[in-house]
Amino acid sequence: MGNVKRSPWLLHYDGSSCNGCDIEVLACLTPVYDAERFGIINTGDPMQADIFLITGGINKSNQEVVRQLYEQMPRPKVVVAVGVCACTGGVFKECYNIIGGADTTIPVDIYVPGCAARPQAIIDGIVKAIDLWQEKANNPEYVHAMYESHEEKEEKEEKEGNK
Amino acid sequence: MTYRVIGIVAFLILAPFLGGLLSGIDRKISARMQGRIGPSIFQPFYDVQKLLSKQFIVVNYAQIFLVVSFLATIIVTGMMFFGGSDILLCFFLLSTGATFLIFAACITNSPYSNIGASRELFQMLCYEPAVLLACIGFYLATGSFNVSDIIQADLPAIIKTPGFFVAFVFILTIKLRKSPFDLSASHHPHQELVKGITTDMGARTLALYEIAEWYEHVFLMGFVGLFFIWKNPWSYLLAVVAVLATYFLEILIDNTSARVKWHTMFKLAWGVTILVAGVNLIILMVMA
Ligand code: SF4
Repeated sequence: MGNVKRSPWLLHYDGSSCNGCDIEVLACLTPVYDAERFGIINTGDPMQADIFLITGGINKSNQEVVRQLYEQMPRPKVVVAVGVCACTGGVFKECYNIIGGADTTIPVDIYVPGCAARPQAIIDGIVKAIDLWQEKANNPEYVHAMYESHEEKEEKEEKEGNK
Repeated sequence: MTYRVIGIVAFLILAPFLGGLLSGIDRKISARMQGRIGPSIFQPFYDVQKLLSKQFIVVNYAQIFLVVSFLATIIVTGMMFFGGSDILLCFFLLSTGATFLIFAACITNSPYSNIGASRELFQMLCYEPAVLLACIGFYLATGSFNVSDIIQADLPAIIKTPGFFVAFVFILTIKLRKSPFDLSASHHPHQELVKGITTDMGARTLALYEIAEWYEHVFLMGFVGLFFIWKNPWSYLLAVVAVLATYFLEILIDNTSARVKWHTMFKLAWGVTILVAGVNLIILMVMA
């Protein structure tokens, strides 16, 4: 499907993080690290994004939002969990409202640990994500398939049947 | 006749490359102005290539029709211009294209895209007077609305129409969606409108929109160049230099100014148009 590697657009979503990781994500775009030199754009629009960067854990009220954002992204897409909160729930794990890391809700491809994750680590994670993304893009069956997986297909058909 | 055909074909084939390159250089220079290295100047091509290879998603099927119409009208506009036809007609067609884009943005349910559409309408209100006056300026200076006659004039139009030129460059900031007037498509994706007018476009639709923008930018730059062209073949070189200088000025303005509210945009755009282009118009009319 051609070389997509040179233009990864990020969607950054802040779950229930302490904002530490978000500031590090934004730091990647400053002149010191300049993520744009790899063609990276921090877009706010899921319908045009390629890499989903999620910071902070999942709680009961943002679970639906995260799921919806993920579903709105066109394939090929990659999910990167930034910071221990997004990986496992981190320091907030035991809180009454926290469900856990991002992988409790959506399939996560790359985990970037750290509290807060350093910009170097984040860029490393994104570079890994880009390789994976290219790999996914090379598989047209996956990109243009109607459904994400067999389970999802059955689920959707069931829903439509009930309508 | 052959010149016309060459102009049309050249525009059709070369404009996307020139437009994409222009926007790549824009991003590079902007990055350097901010002390960053910036992406490669071919980045816009990589972006569009990637967008076209993504999964096809769409919010509303009518949107595709509207965006394709937007692209088509812009291409026809540019073909007419570089084919040496009437500039007034070109700008009427361009406005039609802009209307298609506005419909494409308000046809979806996203509030971002709806606000973007209404702001775009307002932007049209701000730049149209200067555009029309620029066309009238050409008529008064050279006695014709036709590009093929204007480029055969004895003197470049800029000598008689400096006011119209200043007003046109001023509203070009709105047309090119540059800060401080990037109200409808908040230029940087992370601002309050999430790119406004293109928020609800899927990846592939966005690619068409980008290509249309490239064509539009080349057409607008061609119009800027038209001010500097007369019988002398060397004037084409002068026009290219003028176009590049104008584009650099726009990038500079973009990087040194913060977004204004619509009131300010309206007052500034109409103020400059009436003052500079209006005075120029009166002088030309009195002289005639
Ligand atoms: S990992 Fe640490 S810095 Fe990052 S959001 Fe969680 S608590 Fe904050």
